Amino acid sequence: MAVLKVKFSKTKRDKLAQVLWILNWISVVTGAILFSLGIFLKVEINKRGEVMAERDVQYVPNMLIAVGLIACAINFLGGKICYDCVDTTKFLRWKLIMLPYTVCTFFFTFCVLVGALMCYSMHWELEESLNLGLTQAMRFYKDTDTPGRCFLKRTVDMLQIEFQCCGNNGYRDWFQIQWVSNRYLDMSKKEVIDRLRSNVEGKYLMDGVPFSCCNLNSPRPCIQQQITNNSAHYNYEHQSEELNLWMKGCRQTLLEYYTHILQSIGLTVLITWLFELSVLTGVRYLQTSLENVLRQGDPNSDSEGWLLENGLMETARTNLNVIKNLGKSNQIGGGDNGDPNIDVPSTSKAHYGPDNVPPKQKTEAS
Amino acid sequence: MPFLTVKFNLQKRVKLAQGLWLIYWLSVILGIMIFSLGIFFKIELRKRSEVMDNIESHLVPNLLILVGMLACGLNAFGGKMCHDCLDPMKFSKMKSMLKPFMLLSCGFNILLLLVVLLCFLMQFSIYLTLAEGLKNSIRFYKDTDTPGRCFMKRTLDMTQIEFRCCGNNNFRDWFEVQWISNRYLDMNNDVVKDRVLSNVEGKYLMDSVPFSCCNPGSPRPCIQHHLTNNSVHYDYDHRTEELNIWNRGCREAVFSYYSSIMTSIGVLISADVAGLKYLSTTLETMADPENPECESEGWLLEKGVKETFTDMLAKLKTLGRGNQVQEGENTPEVAT
Repeated sequence: MAVLKVKFSKTKRDKLAQVLWILNWISVVTGAILFSLGIFLKVEINKRGEVMAERDVQYVPNMLIAVGLIACAINFLGGKICYDCVDTTKFLRWKLIMLPYTVCTFFFTFCVLVGALMCYSMHWELEESLNLGLTQAMRFYKDTDTPGRCFLKRTVDMLQIEFQCCGNNGYRDWFQIQWVSNRYLDMSKKEVIDRLRSNVEGKYLMDGVPFSCCNLNSPRPCIQQQITNNSAHYNYEHQSEELNLWMKGCRQTLLEYYTHILQSIGLTVLITWLFELSVLTGVRYLQTSLENVLRQGDPNSDSEGWLLENGLMETARTNLNVIKNLGKSNQIGGGDNGDPNIDVPSTSKAHYGPDNVPPKQKTEAS
Repeated sequence: MPFLTVKFNLQKRVKLAQGLWLIYWLSVILGIMIFSLGIFFKIELRKRSEVMDNIESHLVPNLLILVGMLACGLNAFGGKMCHDCLDPMKFSKMKSMLKPFMLLSCGFNILLLLVVLLCFLMQFSIYLTLAEGLKNSIRFYKDTDTPGRCFMKRTLDMTQIEFRCCGNNNFRDWFEVQWISNRYLDMNNDVVKDRVLSNVEGKYLMDSVPFSCCNPGSPRPCIQHHLTNNSVHYDYDHRTEELNIWNRGCREAVFSYYSSIMTSIGVLISADVAGLKYLSTTLETMADPENPECESEGWLLEKGVKETFTDMLAKLKTLGRGNQVQEGENTPEVAT
């Protein structure tokens, strides 16, 4: 009993082929869009690569790029097939390829869905990566003379300016690390030595932040040094002052930025998936209806199309048997335990030459 | 004697019309590009109108937008005409419109050349506007409580960060201006009182710059205050220090940005005029499919260059005279 049988007349089949041709070309365009979205995401992640710790997040844009390319190729082929399907003679060319093509498209559609889900799952890995990366970057902020890290200061400053954020969770993260290099500290001064001795690790800590934390919208010139000391500045109270520095942490800001990008990309991929699903259904109906037409012999007659010839369980069972037999074809056959010396009676018909007439029995024995 | 004649048979005419049609549609795309460049330029001017004192002239972008739209319309019509040229019946309808259309094209080319000239000349006016506007911006930097100027600080900070510049000519412009509002100065402090009294106008001047002048590429944390005092900072010599704050003045930086936009627009339009327009006008005048089957001659100008000019001048004179009362010609009609 077929699944979702639909009757197709000749005109209906032709219309289906035309509609599918248009849908396939639209899907090629969406495949190209997916590809470019993958490249965009890859570029965005690489731009901020210095503040991300492990680079395990590259698998999502790579998947998108691959899926986009495959979508273009598959739908291009599908468009060509559907264009030829209107003419029954041309369909014979594609007859053998159509079933494998439909199966491939089915698995590919599944891949697209997986791609969409991965976009949403990347969130957690990204957060972890950003957390570690930002902590590292802030720790090496002062090492502008160490090769390999000399541009980290510039990167962190530009990041804080561009994304309007300060520190990892907030500006207080800067109070816990030494962000002024020892090269610029006057070791002969008493205050400097006191500060260095005041903590276990011998770091020069202060309640000051780099200039890139300054908020542009503040009505007063930026207060960077002695932030927690109200008496050092006129008419200043650090508990109620919100416009002086950027209040948001960079991890939060970057996460929001990437989540926003990923959500839009995920939505686009889901819409592409729905498109691919509809194209797949249409191609399957077209394939089955055209095969039935060929079986009936008359190209102008009505035919039936279906999704699956038998029920879901039966089709699954038949396919499993096919796969099992594929595996068995390599082994030597059957029930005689593989011993070639046992005489197996021939069950096939003997071939007696071109006219298939058995030779006359020789009655006279010499 | 015709100017630059070429012999045309049917196939050559068809190829010519097809080539022209392609050129016209290319010109439509260029027209769209000019239109969008005009809009982009207008938006860029609007974005920085505060540092230009809101008096910048929008003549060039408005003209670009107009020219872009005209180019689209004219070239689309030209393309349609080329498409119809191959059909002799349609051509006879269009024949009357051909000559005025070509005159219009010539006039439009002259307009394009004018726009290119303006692009190069208006740069001076932008330079002067910028100089004045930035000077005022720096002066009103501290007035974040005055309505109408409360975002000047933000705009100037953003400009200095984005264009990587400091001050009008250089960072010393900030030394001459009080950029800290009196609201944040403790007038009871002796140091403050001394500084305010130390100059004639009673301004609180200091050798410091705002944070937006800081260069993120500097290896050491930014030194904003006491810039000219070497002893206040460890291992610092203000004469040799180049990476601490931006050395460029904002007038130079912003002006070079705008002049590069205007120069590239001018170069693009002149390339368009030189390349496509000339080609299309010369090919246009050569098309003459009155006899569809047999060969025909095409020319650039019907008579020699000099004769054509005298003809055109004579025609212009008669156009001017057409408005005046014509004596002696209307009387036979009136007299029935």
